[in-house]
Amino acid sequence: MAGPMEQFEIDSKVDLFEIAGQQISWTNSAFWMVVTVAAIIGFFLLTMRGKLIPGRMQSMGELSYQFIADMVRDTVGPEAMRFLPFVFALFFFILFANLIGMNPYAFTTTSHLAVTAALSFFTIFIVIIAGIWKNGFKWFGIFAPSGLPIAIMPLIILIEIVSFVARPVTLAVRLFANMVAGHVMLKLFAIFAAYLVTKGGVTALGAVLPVVGTIGIIALEFLVAALQAFVFAILTCIYLNDVYHVDH
Amino acid sequence: MAETTYEGADAASGGLPQLDVSTWGSQIFWLALTFAVLYFALSRFILPNLRDTIANRSDRIADDLDAASRMQREAEEAEKAYEAALKDARAKASNVAETTRQSLDAEIQKELDAADAESEAQALVAEGRIRDIKTAALSNIDNVASDVAGTLVRELTGKSVTDAKIRAALAKG
Repeated sequence: MAGPMEQFEIDSKVDLFEIAGQQISWTNSAFWMVVTVAAIIGFFLLTMRGKLIPGRMQSMGELSYQFIADMVRDTVGPEAMRFLPFVFALFFFILFANLIGMNPYAFTTTSHLAVTAALSFFTIFIVIIAGIWKNGFKWFGIFAPSGLPIAIMPLIILIEIVSFVARPVTLAVRLFANMVAGHVMLKLFAIFAAYLVTKGGVTALGAVLPVVGTIGIIALEFLVAALQAFVFAILTCIYLNDVYHVDH
Repeated sequence: MAETTYEGADAASGGLPQLDVSTWGSQIFWLALTFAVLYFALSRFILPNLRDTIANRSDRIADDLDAASRMQREAEEAEKAYEAALKDARAKASNVAETTRQSLDAEIQKELDAADAESEAQALVAEGRIRDIKTAALSNIDNVASDVAGTLVRELTGKSVTDAKIRAALAKG
């Protein structure tokens, strides 16, 4: 019987080429990333009707747009709307990857630290580059809150820098850990149910309990899938706030 | 084509497949590629389309609201104009009534004055006649009295008295 961690294994189908000594392969993870992006683009192509009175699909597309646009506007401000496509792409990539990962036999690309870390570090680099681009050297003022006595300034600056460095790490680990924990739990409950059934007899009846537990966890995992995408997107917005509002 | 077996490395490390760094290159490569495609599709085609659709709709709604408020304003103005016209007409009508009443009053007054003047003239004429008749009667009385007195004196005394003497005596008496 497959172990609970086997579902996360990267299965290399075809080795393609090497970049800087790294083997690039066509893998199950790559396949499901392509599926995720194709699903998102397909979904929005269906919603792009451009009608004055929207149908159901168009309403969904417009609601998605309004949802992310309001998030960016409310947390950062209208000047941050140029980052809307980025936040939009982040939210929908994570949401669709999480939801597609809920399907049996599908691979959850966001359950890998490499993916979540790449997304979160990319986000933080964008914040840093955009911040310096926009504010110049003054951007580093975000580490030194104004209006504090000079005596505790070094301590505060240290704390601010540590919390800033922790941002990409927490962003990456939160999503990764949530997805792994959910899928491991599901797998464990399912394995336990299968184990009880193979025992046969009266204990087979006991398999009802883990099956009920699995159903509950599936419902919870759908919630987590959407919630983690939302958390990632809104934290990105909050971090983008540092680009535009250096004085805090 | 050599296939890398990540399972082997995984079993060797004995840890999570996620911590097998040899797979990170592939994952990050495909993530970058797919995410770039997604970003491009969203920022070039999908989001502008959605934004334009939503903007068009809110423009249209704003236009319709503008038109509605303009029409309401026009209706209010028309109502005001109607009320002004009504007030005007009412004022004109009462004006006409007033002038008619005044001219009628003046005419009645004139007729009354004329009637008064005529009756007064007739009264004057009548008074003159009465006075004439009265004077005539009074002078007749003198003649009668002197006649009667002359006759009485003649009959009683047998003397004739002149008319002038009697008249003087009467006037004295």
